[in-house]
Amino acid sequence: MILFHYDKTFEGLLSCIFFAYAQKCFPDMILSPSDQQPLFADEQYVVVSDKVKASRVWSSLEKKLSKIARRMMMSVWISGLPETEMLLFRYMCKNIDHPQGVELNFGDTDVLRVKEIAQQVSREAQRLVQFVRFQETADGIWFAPIAPRYNLLPLVVKHFRNRYSSQPWILYDTTRNQGLYWDTHTVHDVSFSPADLAALKLGQLNGDKQSDEEQLIQRMWKEYFRSITIRERLNLKLQQQHMPKKYWKYLTELQQ
Amino acid sequence: MNERILEKLNILADAAKYDVSCASSGTSRPAVKGGIGTATGWGICHSFTPDGRCISLFKILLTNHCIYDCAYCTNRRSNDVKRTAFTPRELAELTIAFYQRNYIEGLFLSSGVMRNPDYTMEQMLRVVKLLREQYRFNGYIHMKAIPGASDNLIAQAGRYADRMSVNLEIPSEENLKLLAPEKNYSEVFAPMRFIQQGMLESAEDRKKFRSAPRFVPAGQSTQLIIGATPANDHQILTLASALYRRPSFKRVYYSGYIPVNNGDSRLPTLAAPPLVRENRLYQADWLMRFYQFKASEIVDESHPDLDLDLDPKMGWALRHPEFFPVDVNSAPYEMILRVPGIGVKSAKLIVASRRYGRLSSTQLKKIGVVMKRAQYFILCRELPMQTVNELTPQYVRRQVTQKQQKRTAELLQYTIEWGE
Repeated sequence: MILFHYDKTFEGLLSCIFFAYAQKCFPDMILSPSDQQPLFADEQYVVVSDKVKASRVWSSLEKKLSKIARRMMMSVWISGLPETEMLLFRYMCKNIDHPQGVELNFGDTDVLRVKEIAQQVSREAQRLVQFVRFQETADGIWFAPIAPRYNLLPLVVKHFRNRYSSQPWILYDTTRNQGLYWDTHTVHDVSFSPADLAALKLGQLNGDKQSDEEQLIQRMWKEYFRSITIRERLNLKLQQQHMPKKYWKYLTELQQ
Repeated sequence: MNERILEKLNILADAAKYDVSCASSGTSRPAVKGGIGTATGWGICHSFTPDGRCISLFKILLTNHCIYDCAYCTNRRSNDVKRTAFTPRELAELTIAFYQRNYIEGLFLSSGVMRNPDYTMEQMLRVVKLLREQYRFNGYIHMKAIPGASDNLIAQAGRYADRMSVNLEIPSEENLKLLAPEKNYSEVFAPMRFIQQGMLESAEDRKKFRSAPRFVPAGQSTQLIIGATPANDHQILTLASALYRRPSFKRVYYSGYIPVNNGDSRLPTLAAPPLVRENRLYQADWLMRFYQFKASEIVDESHPDLDLDLDPKMGWALRHPEFFPVDVNSAPYEMILRVPGIGVKSAKLIVASRRYGRLSSTQLKKIGVVMKRAQYFILCRELPMQTVNELTPQYVRRQVTQKQQKRTAELLQYTIEWGE
């Protein structure tokens, strides 16, 4: 078994490709320092990230892959699934080896898998856009806790920045304890202390932190949600299919 | 904002819920400085109610006062319900408050007709005008055009709204006359024509001047009630396809009739709303819009109604076995699209992938083809499977409806097979 060790950056992964083609030696596993090491390995290499080599690999891929395919690769990278490194490695190799690239060959398992993961990631990002709920705080900032499966904040920030350009907001990822704060001009990183985080995880701000109208509007929204339902057509399965339970925690209309 | 508004909200949301349209797609509105809101072009659903329907737009009536007495409507004049109305400012404030919290994608404004159509339309116009001009609201607005309102008012509304709609409700004129004596088709079609004309003119102007104002950029839609009248699916789909031939028409919605007014002899009494039929009609609608089917292929005089046990595409395939088997590795896209179990997405993937090599059934399955249905209609890399021609349509029909029958069998304990 041949192992590559890399520094868990995308640049490092591209350097792995360069290394593999230069040494004519292809890995069975690509490991980052945090991964568990296997007990046995025939050969091990430590691949050092190299900006120049990485950009050479990337530019050769740019010639063969469309923008959509490149974006799909980035989505797979963001997903951070355990299979990411080897999947992307094989995907890039296949594209390098084929004269025109294989991005449209969905009969190939790796190409299809890249597309599937990219779709999962973009669906998750879409769900975030759908199910974020802001609450107005007493100091006029709109606050929304989120808990997505992947680290999606970078994918959705543009949407919220455009939509709510003149209201300051915070999107806070309670699982990763990091958030973004838009002050109507720029986006900043924010993070709260563990004590505050525990309170935020409940999904509801304390009464004294909410603005005066917040409670009433939330009640109106809940009442609206109840009134707009047609009793004769009740279909809870369909509701859950569109809005899985894992998102319910932070949905105003489904909180008690 | 106070408790009184909460009560109004309850009454007017409850009265608005029978309108099924909720799409927020069709326009993209980039952010404007100092304003609030954008529209993305593909629409975003922000919540789903326990009936499984999405909340994308804040669907609300301006008032439930109504001068008409339509048999199928909860808000008809003769019903003894609590009546109320929003002021334009209350409604605009409420919309903004919901929008700021990311509850909604925009406003769907409908209304009962108070005093006369012109007065109602004017009030509705004031809401959207307030939203767009004073609150700088840049989200999606869907607005009902009130039949009988003057062209001038509709022309003004079209400048602010993204989509407008007029509901036909009843799929034939004689039945409409029976159920809603004060209405007629020509009054409903007049605003539709006017909206279309405005749209086409604006599109033409915008070719010459980029700054020319947009008019109902997301097109119009309408709604038909299913099961309240004896109209069959042939009539309904023919009407829908005639509407889709108009350039401005984006959607026809089908709403299974829910008896809201008991004891009206003009309407049937149903044990449950016709949800399966509604679903089949939507499937047929999709076939017309995305699969290049004609209405006459889906239903005709000899089969005036859709088969409730089979989806309409499978129904067509079983009536036309001579069209199959389709070789997925060589047939044109249009033919692949007609195979039951292959949707638009998988058809596109097949056409893209087959250039790299012949596709096998495992690959097709992974791509997303539903082989349970498609297996009888395709050829792929493997040796030919038994297709619908060898197995006979009757056999295939039994195979694909088995699960359905099993479910019915569980309900009835046992069933008698009548065959075809």
